[in-house]
Amino acid sequence: MSNRLLYTLPLLTLVIMAGFFGWSLMSGRDPASIGSVMVNRPAPALAAPALFEGGAPLGNDLLKTGKPVLLNFFASWCTPCLAEHPLMMRLKEREGVTIIGVAWKNKPEEARAWLAKLGNPFTAAGTDYDGKLSLDWGLSGVPETYLIDANGVVRLHYHAPITEKDLNDTILPMLKAGK
Amino acid sequence: MIPELGHFALILAFAVAIVQGTLPLIGASRGDARLMALGRTAALTQAFLVILSFGALVQCYVTSDFSVANVVANSHSAKPLLYKITGTWGNHEGSMMLWTLILALFGAAVAIFGQNLPDTLRSRVLAIQALIGVGFLAFILFTSNPFLRLSPAPADGNGLNPVLQDPGLAFHPPMLYLGYVGFSVTYAFAIAALLEGRVDVAWARWVRPWTLAAWCFLTLGIALGSWWSYYILGWGGFWFWDPVENASLMPWLAGTALLHSAIVVEKRDALKSWTVLLAILAFSLSLLGTFLVRSGVLTSVHAFAQDPARGMFILGFLIVVTGGGLALYAWRAPKLTPGGLFQPISREGALILNNLLLCTLAATVLLGTLYPLFLDLVTGEKVSVGPPFFNATFVPICAPLFAALCVGPFLGWKRTELWPALARLRIAFFAAIVAAIVAGVFVDGRATLAAIAFGFGVWLIGGSASEFIIRARKGRLRTMPRSTVGMSISHAALGVVVLGAVATASWNTELIRTMKLGESAPFGDYRATLVKVEPLQGPNYTSERATIAITRDGQPFTTLTPERRMFTLQQRQVSETSIQTNLLRDLYATLGEGDVQQGWVVRLYLNPLAPWIWLGAAMCALGGFVSLSDRRLRVGAPKRKAATLQAAQVSHS
Repeated sequence: MSNRLLYTLPLLTLVIMAGFFGWSLMSGRDPASIGSVMVNRPAPALAAPALFEGGAPLGNDLLKTGKPVLLNFFASWCTPCLAEHPLMMRLKEREGVTIIGVAWKNKPEEARAWLAKLGNPFTAAGTDYDGKLSLDWGLSGVPETYLIDANGVVRLHYHAPITEKDLNDTILPMLKAGK
Repeated sequence: MIPELGHFALILAFAVAIVQGTLPLIGASRGDARLMALGRTAALTQAFLVILSFGALVQCYVTSDFSVANVVANSHSAKPLLYKITGTWGNHEGSMMLWTLILALFGAAVAIFGQNLPDTLRSRVLAIQALIGVGFLAFILFTSNPFLRLSPAPADGNGLNPVLQDPGLAFHPPMLYLGYVGFSVTYAFAIAALLEGRVDVAWARWVRPWTLAAWCFLTLGIALGSWWSYYILGWGGFWFWDPVENASLMPWLAGTALLHSAIVVEKRDALKSWTVLLAILAFSLSLLGTFLVRSGVLTSVHAFAQDPARGMFILGFLIVVTGGGLALYAWRAPKLTPGGLFQPISREGALILNNLLLCTLAATVLLGTLYPLFLDLVTGEKVSVGPPFFNATFVPICAPLFAALCVGPFLGWKRTELWPALARLRIAFFAAIVAAIVAGVFVDGRATLAAIAFGFGVWLIGGSASEFIIRARKGRLRTMPRSTVGMSISHAALGVVVLGAVATASWNTELIRTMKLGESAPFGDYRATLVKVEPLQGPNYTSERATIAITRDGQPFTTLTPERRMFTLQQRQVSETSIQTNLLRDLYATLGEGDVQQGWVVRLYLNPLAPWIWLGAAMCALGGFVSLSDRRLRVGAPKRKAATLQAAQVSHS
């Protein structure tokens, strides 16, 4: 009898694996989402020169205002950033969210022109032309967005343009909870 | 007109496959010779129809018929002819057509060359093959029809993914599919044997050439894929433990185990149910690979248009084929009469150790590939399983496998002594020790593990050579069976691959820096100077080509010309590496982004013994083909057929 059981073992293994595969297909999970090592850790150093002439350079004091803050890396040459831009504007204008922007590997004058044309959603903006800041933040490209809570801990890290759904389902509830 | 003919031929092939998948099975169980004979006719008809249909699709691509949606999505009139043709299978629908074509060709090959098989076995094998074909044809016709028209027809197409416009990749899928699909024949033989309730020496002999052919093609396919990633991805690496690479490695490992266990069935009439299980698993793992690539449950470098509906279909198919096979196995395999007892020190004992280790390797790869998926589903935690996992698990398991590999062929069947075998290997053993010490002391004192692995490579070559030389000395060279010669070649080839992989991975020199025009930098024993960067215009891309002069001791040595191509249509950049090889090392250069003021990012690699990886793989497949030409594999077959069988199997490539 136990011998018979042994012969059904391959079949049982298959059933379990197939169950997982079916589950995976149904769950609608995104395999491309790679997660982030930054999440649930204190925010790394935020030190960058100001994007606008005469502006204050970025520093970690910006993250410790007692309110959750969004940090957005963007570039004027990046089309997904353009797609995401209206949502950023909405966050600032309608929801009054503090957003810090960093122009990544982008000539400051081009980034400034881009913001002048489309509108500036950022409370403070810095420039990371050589990409040094982005190394500390584990950036893989632009646009990427971080949500840092009132205690200066990174709570969310998006590796893609944020969408309407992200905004309504995740970002806004977290921002409101943090207030 | 042509696309409709192709579509119609495909529907007819589907109908014929249904007939071929049912009536011969009924015939075999009733002993009706007429129904059984139908299998052969149907297999040939089906192959003819699928060839017609595939030919129609190729024709659409060659003539750039942009009224066909598939051509629009994947081709462009400015593409070179070669890539128009290979573009046929550079997409989801077309690659499924290629898969079906190869399946039908294998079916026809069984019908033509399997005349010496008993009628019941042959008709069952053909029917199982046809049932697999029904699944794939239904998949194409109902979810992935390549012949759909588009109206109005656009003026031009969207082009093929630029990364795929490469000669290495053009022939990677056909080779890989010849391997994957070749295992369907093995699977069909296993199911037929379970239906007959009989696995014997003759069965093992019939199934072995098909396994061997599939294995050779799969070896070549994997090697081509690895070679492609080496020179196109521009990272200097050759194997990345990507899920899709793993998906092709698993059936290869199972197939290798099957090749060896089938020998035990043939010689000792033992290990039967295990061999049948391996035959089912080799094909199941091939299907699993297809599922992982197409369904989008894992992400990888292979960007097929991913679609959950297709994923569901393939999953269903996987469950039917693998589940059906394994259920039949659970039901019938316990009745297969077990063979005699084994002595641990014997040829069959060594082959069992080989199977144990190869299957452990396959299981390790399976676990590493699927673990992130399972963990994500169960806990929501994202992990990435990459080289650190496989270096810590896969590589150590290879050590006993390689150690035993040279000893096995010296052991006799049934009962034998270990020491005489080891004594014959003393030269290989000392050569390996010396190689490891030389590598450890002179090449790189810190890389102890690499030195040991290098020693294993020498051991494999030395051990296989010893085996060959000892046989030759006894004057048995002329009468030596080709299968034995093939074995020696393939075993030694594995050593060549190991040497190449170890040297490239452990002792390479790399230089990544921004270089301005005229700037130079030391690089190993060489010196690299960026001479110029010039724009070029290709047929469907623009590019920037750098000229890097390499000097050695102040003397000009060679010039490398890496390119960065911008495919205007897709707005994608592809780096074209420049490799200068002398078969002992590769000088490898890629060009990154940059401009005159900032300079360009240049990557240079010096990869010792890198070409050996692919030379070894090709040699490994060659050993398989030599073995395939052995007449003994077809005992009972008329001799006339011996030559044509091999010729036909080779001509599929």
